[in-house]
Amino acid sequence: MNFIENPTKLRGFEKNIKVEKVSRRSILKGLGITGGFVLAAPVMSRQALAYETGAGKMPHGVVIDPRVFVALAPDGTVTILAHRSEMGTGVRTSLPLIVAEEMEADWSKVKVQQAHGDEVKFGNQDTDGSRSTRHYLIPMRQIGASARTMLEQAAAKRWGVPATEVKAVNHEVVHSASGRKLGFGELAEDAAKESVPAVEGLKLKDPKDFRYLGKGQVGIVDLHDITTGKARYGADVRLPGMKYAVIARPPVTGGKLTSFDPDAALKVPGVEKVMKVQGWPWPSKFQPLGGVAVIARNTGAAIKGRDALKLVWDDGPNGKYDSVAYRKELEDASRKPGLVVRQEGDADAALKSADKVIVGEYYLPHLAHVSMEPPVAVADVKGDKAEIWAPVQSPGGTREDVAKTLGIPEDNVTVNVTLLGGGFGRKSKCDFALEAALLSKELGAPVKVQWTREDDVRHDFLHTVSVERIEAGLDKSGKVIAWRHRSVAPTIASTFAAGANHAAPFELGMGLVDMPFEIANISCENPEAAAFTRIGWFRSVSNIPRAFAVQSMVGEIAAATGRDQKETLLALIGSPRIVKPAVKDMWNYGEPYDSYPIDTARLRKVVELVAEKGEWGRQVPKGHGLGIAVHRSFVSYIATIVEVAVDDKGKLTVPRVDTAIDCGTYVNPERIASQIEGAAIMGLSLAKYGEITFKDGKVEQKNFDDFQVIRIDESPAVTNVYIVPPAPGTPPSGVGEPGVPPFAPALMNAIFAATGKRIRSLPLGKQLEA
Amino acid sequence: MIKVKINGQEQSWDGDPDLPLLWFLRDEAGLTGTKFGCGQALCGACTVIVDKEAVRSCITSVNDVAGREVTTIEGLHPNGDHPVQKAWRQVNVPQCGFCQAGQIMQAAALLMDNPKPSHDQIREAMSGNICRCGCYQRIENAVHLASTGV
Repeated sequence: MNFIENPTKLRGFEKNIKVEKVSRRSILKGLGITGGFVLAAPVMSRQALAYETGAGKMPHGVVIDPRVFVALAPDGTVTILAHRSEMGTGVRTSLPLIVAEEMEADWSKVKVQQAHGDEVKFGNQDTDGSRSTRHYLIPMRQIGASARTMLEQAAAKRWGVPATEVKAVNHEVVHSASGRKLGFGELAEDAAKESVPAVEGLKLKDPKDFRYLGKGQVGIVDLHDITTGKARYGADVRLPGMKYAVIARPPVTGGKLTSFDPDAALKVPGVEKVMKVQGWPWPSKFQPLGGVAVIARNTGAAIKGRDALKLVWDDGPNGKYDSVAYRKELEDASRKPGLVVRQEGDADAALKSADKVIVGEYYLPHLAHVSMEPPVAVADVKGDKAEIWAPVQSPGGTREDVAKTLGIPEDNVTVNVTLLGGGFGRKSKCDFALEAALLSKELGAPVKVQWTREDDVRHDFLHTVSVERIEAGLDKSGKVIAWRHRSVAPTIASTFAAGANHAAPFELGMGLVDMPFEIANISCENPEAAAFTRIGWFRSVSNIPRAFAVQSMVGEIAAATGRDQKETLLALIGSPRIVKPAVKDMWNYGEPYDSYPIDTARLRKVVELVAEKGEWGRQVPKGHGLGIAVHRSFVSYIATIVEVAVDDKGKLTVPRVDTAIDCGTYVNPERIASQIEGAAIMGLSLAKYGEITFKDGKVEQKNFDDFQVIRIDESPAVTNVYIVPPAPGTPPSGVGEPGVPPFAPALMNAIFAATGKRIRSLPLGKQLEA
Repeated sequence: MIKVKINGQEQSWDGDPDLPLLWFLRDEAGLTGTKFGCGQALCGACTVIVDKEAVRSCITSVNDVAGREVTTIEGLHPNGDHPVQKAWRQVNVPQCGFCQAGQIMQAAALLMDNPKPSHDQIREAMSGNICRCGCYQRIENAVHLASTGV
């Protein structure tokens, strides 16, 4: 049930969103059409599809078929499937909106239905990597155009006129010569009999005729349900006869259960059963960690029962993981040569000959995702069939893993995707759904596995911990002539393969080997780092430490040379140009480089735009400071200015944040603004508080008291978002993640401006109070 | 047997009297609009109104509310048109939406107590409710809008 708000009533949010009317050269000049999608292989007109994306290379590629995604009822109701997971980005609204736009459907007559996990049918469903709009803008337009064409053909046949004489307009097909009209509903049956037109012959709408795309006047489809408590998240699924489970997991990742005593737990009112849960050996990929489950009639009883369990664990290979000692190891590694992953010129010699060398060694600890909805899943396994209800970012992957874990065919597994109460990468890993499947199989009943917040903090797939060390060599004029960046951090690959000690290509490509500064001598190194806990994707991934180090170093260079931060930054970015990839086969967020090159003109543009709109250089009161940072990630360009105020006790407030984003062609500027506003909060959280530490292999934090996040009373007073209007044909790029990386370095540059203190170690904590 | 009025309806419970109200609401009464976020009164996702006060249902037992009136998000307004709910929609507050029931209940309780809160008072009253997506600017604007007429 979806209730769509009257767009004219949406007000209050517009004032902080400003779409800039600036012209920018097209980056697409001269690009040919070479690619295709896996299943449907559309080749569109040059104007409509002048770029190629990496969508076809994702598992199961793209499916372009209106019969799969669109249903039209005789009453005119159009149902559009959302095949990506909604975790707050607005994708459950934006992708169906694209279909409705091209189809000429009236959005008030559209219902959105969530697709279950089936990548053969729907194409890739991994909702991660800030890819949904990027990969689906054109396919969704094609699906809508197909449906529109079928409706037009059906009407033309009914009237006995050529199809070229009729036109779909806002839920009707019109024959203007005779003034005849037929509603979509009246054409439903006939249109369904039409054959699906070939993708290559489809005519897409002229963007100037768009009613919804790029306008930002449509509320999210779940808005009414969310505000009335009807929206259904993973935890809200209830089945007849369903049991409630919580699990005690090994306190050290890779540990095992030695023994347990269930007696006291079984005496807790409401507790029905205590049972072992299968665990997998380290590194365990997305498989469950194992442990002991308490089964009860409600979650409260299960939690109380778990508290009463007596458990003995074998801590296994990671029992000595200690964050204080590990930090020293990373720092030591960063001070010695490591695996060279990028080499231009001779950085060693240039550093030796430099007039001045500035060294910055930056530390960024592990982070937990702490989405507001802790992991949770419901499973109902009967014989060789399994049905799952879960807030998963990867419904297709979940289906595969459930099938493998239970040893049943994938066709026998149904994964129903609920709303996600936040994801941020955590819910790309389906361990919680696998736990529910295993328990349901053993119990012979539907079961809900609920993680508590303590479970979530202690058993996350954490953001990595890293030391980033940059040495910048300057000549007499203050020009940077040498740059050496050593990045040391346990890799996500370690979650999948024992002994993976170096960054994977996708991690190298997030702010290290793609670093765009115009410097003659550059060396990037990646010394070894072993992992002792599960490392995973966290919103914007390796871009967080890399952007922090690079953009903090820009501030350090500005300070050392007595120059303006913004001017220093623009000088380092250098001339407007398409950067030639510094390494062979550079990972480019899975996108073809021709469509999505590193374009320093766009990078400079967001810096200049945010500086202009954010009033860079304005006079600020005593104790205040301005900081700026820019970063390209997920093939988008984004720059942030933070104004900070630090009082005489070292207490920090953020009066104003300004951010400019160039994300190419976009669908919903209102949701872009909300993502960027939220990214500032997440950036401030990680900069001020974010830190997970280990002692004796165990996570030392447990809940929001010791893993703090920003609350409303410390959030920025104002966050302004400026969206660069795309040149015609500019491919869409990421929005969900890119807002995070520039925030923390902009904040630290601002703190330096305000106080003269350079913060190189996150989180900030009490460093200003010392 | 504990009796409690939830959204105007009498309910009874003869299980563990210490059961947190949150789990009674969600798992026993089937009112899943109230969310579990932390279990320790740290995040406010489970906020409900008891009589006229916002409480964290995760640390409030069923026994604590015996004979009292509990209002959850489902019972805030019959059509979901409480001024706070309307303001939330006009400002397009939510991202993932998971914390919003708790935020809305907290805001509704604030306005019962202080119909015209200042921005500082809004920030103070709402500071027990975490939004990991970071919708705070809009939350502040929506509470202000609800207090000035939607």
